[in-house]
This record gives sequence, structure tokens and C-alpha cells, in this order.
Amino acid sequence: MTKTVAIIGGGVAGLETAKQLNSLGYSVKLFEKTNTLGGHVAKWDRLFPNKRHASEVVSSLTLSQGNTQTLTETTVHSIKRENQGFVISANSSNHEADAVVLATGFELFPAEKKEEYGYGLFENVITSADLEQMFKKHGKPVMASGHKPVRIAFIHCVGSRDEKVNRPYCSKVCCVTAVKQAIEVKEALPNSEVFCFYMDLRTFGPGYEDLYKEAQSKGVTFIRGRLSESSEIEGGRVLIKAEDTLASTPLKMSVDIVVLMVGMSPLRSTNKLATDLGLSINADGFIAATDLHTNPTGTATNGVFVAGACTGPNNITDTVNAAKATALDVHNYLSR
Amino acid sequence: MIDFGFTPLVASITDLDKANVNLAKQLTEQDPSFALCISCGSCSATCTAGQFTKFSFRVMCHQIRKGNAKEAIAEASKCMLCGKCTLACPRNVNTRNIISLVRKAQTTTP
Repeated sequence: MTKTVAIIGGGVAGLETAKQLNSLGYSVKLFEKTNTLGGHVAKWDRLFPNKRHASEVVSSLTLSQGNTQTLTETTVHSIKRENQGFVISANSSNHEADAVVLATGFELFPAEKKEEYGYGLFENVITSADLEQMFKKHGKPVMASGHKPVRIAFIHCVGSRDEKVNRPYCSKVCCVTAVKQAIEVKEALPNSEVFCFYMDLRTFGPGYEDLYKEAQSKGVTFIRGRLSESSEIEGGRVLIKAEDTLASTPLKMSVDIVVLMVGMSPLRSTNKLATDLGLSINADGFIAATDLHTNPTGTATNGVFVAGACTGPNNITDTVNAAKATALDVHNYLSR
Repeated sequence: MIDFGFTPLVASITDLDKANVNLAKQLTEQDPSFALCISCGSCSATCTAGQFTKFSFRVMCHQIRKGNAKEAIAEASKCMLCGKCTLACPRNVNTRNIISLVRKAQTTTP
């Protein structure tokens, strides 16, 4: 009899796990709470490090699903162990499965929590996700008034490496995203002045350092200092303050748009599902791996597996790799 | 003696073989958060005193770590203890406490 695997989450991790388990011959049910597949990537315009369109990645994943039964607009409320398997209650119906994969991802850090930065208060303070929407719609950043921005500042580490908002960890991908977006702004508006306020630039992946170099050569200015506060000035422009730590002097400047590089935060709803299944949550608030080095996809509960950014901030490549590993773990478990 | 108008240069290099980092060790024992600074500059950017003087909490801590305790202790007197830096610090460094410990060190450290 064909065994069934329930995958919770239709983002990159869920789609890749589903694709692999499908090709291994399992019956796969993919639960997605929104009406679209592709997760956060589907809302992105272009990807680091090669500025490829995000839609290419999403369609490649969704088109290779084979017989996966995709249930969109379906929220999983609870997962219970029953006999040898699991019962997943989603919306108002129950589904049975022999194994469960949590691929529930993350949420973007709610930037309004960093009140002193003015998100939600000042109209030209936006997030990196908002900027992607602007790139999708207009191909360039636009001020709330409709005017063309001349000066744009990117603020790294918003909701990352910040104990004041209970996000002490590094979100990994925001540095290179800021560098990518800074280049895109320069390409779309060659006369603009672009600034990146960073603490440490963590460009760890293949091609990321090249992107950093490209940004420098395109005239992006990097200022080593964390933003302390922003305030609105005439014309909806924003005055920002930081320390130029390399010069050891306080610094202020006025800009047309402030882009907050929001980090990845754990999803509260996932953690409820996870703890109900006996999984533990790590110090950063993400689902804890059984063994960080040797078993990053397994959990303490038999038949329950994890994949992707529900275990911590991740880029697409590492998420796809994790998903493949998870699929193999599920296969080993079900054919034991 | 003929005055040629030259004076011997004092080396400006940081020599960690000779640096006296006792104050840094003492502060870390008294308040372990002293060790947690990542030099982001939030404290200095938000500093009320630093807008008008050269005072910078971050630079002061850095001087202490390099063994320039004397300069750092003199700097600590410029702080107005308003506490804005404590609110801004992403690593929860207890900045005001460290300032007062540095001020105390003025009288206790030889």
C-alpha cells in the first residue's frame, strides 16, 4: 500500500520535499495556508547572487510536483499521533498520514517593533520586502508621494542581532540582499546615491562577495554603524542617525527612502504545532534539530521531520538541500 | 646644547605585548556585559554628550581594551548618565553601570 506523507507549508522547503517524495513513489499531501505556492520567494522580484527572477525558481518547483495533492488556503490546526500514523486536522477536515514534514518556514521580522526606526509611522520608511514589491510593480523604488528618490539608505540587521527585540541571531541572508538591492537601485536610478549601514557584512555564499565588490564599483557607500533612530523631515524625507564607527564620530544624513533589512523570525503558529508533537524549540525560537551536525532534519518524535527555515534562517540553496535530506530521512523511516 | 627643533617621536602603535589591560579584566569581572560589545555604534549615535564633545562610550571601551585606561577614565567624566545608550544597545551592555565602574576605577586603580 502506498504510504502517505503530509507536508506542512508550500514554500521552497515544502515544495522540494514534496517533489522528492513524489519521485520516490509516496502519496504526498501538501498543506499551504495561503492561496499561492512558493512562500516568501513568490513575493520576491529577483534573487541574489545572480539577480535571477524569483518566479523562475517558484515555477520550476511547482511544475515538478507530479502527483502531489496540493491543498492551498488550508490551515493546519493540529497534528495528532494515532495508531502508527498521524491525523492532521486542517480547516474542517481530517487527513491521515504515515509521516509528517514541518516545512512551515518563517515570518519576516515585524519592523514596526523597532519603533525608533519609524516603520508604519513615516511613509518613506519601508522594508526590504516592500522594496521587492516596488521592483515588481515599477522596476524601481518610488517615494510615497510618487517622486523619484535621490538618496536611499539601507539599514542592515533590523530584527537580527538585536537583543532589544529578542532576536539575538544573525538572519544570514539580509546582508547580501541589501547589497543586491543597492545594486538594483543603482541600475534603475543611476543618479541616485545609495548607502548601506552595516555592522559586519556577512557575505558568506558563492558569488556574494562578488556582489559586494560590484556594489562598491557601482558607487554604493558602505557606512559601518548601526542606525540609532530616524525622524521625518519636510517633504516626507527621513533624517537618520548613526555612528560612523570607523571615523568614531556621530553621523546624520537626510534620505528620501529608508529600507529596513528585516530578518527572519520564528513563526509562533509553527511552534505550537511543533511543541504539541513533542519537538523542542531552540534558544532563537526556531524548531531545534536533533543533532545540529549529524541530524539537522530529524526530530525527537518518530515520524516527524523538519525542513527549511522553520529550523532557522536559511537561503534557497540550503533550504533545497535540507529538503532533499529530509525526503531521504522520510524514505528511510517509511521503508524501515 | 644646540636646539635643532626636533623631539623624539612617541610611538603611536598599539603594542599588545606591553599594554596594561587590567582595567578591561576588572570591568569584565565586575560587569560581564562589558565583553559583549560588537562596536555597532548605537550608543555613540544616540549619545547626548557625544553630539557636543568627543565622548563616545564605544571608543572608551575600546581604549580600555587596548590598555589606554588613563584616557578612558578621563573620558568617563563626560557622560551625563542619561541612559539612552542603554536603551539602544543591541547586546544589552549595561552601559551606565560600566561608566560608573570606570569612574570608580579612577580612585581605586593605581
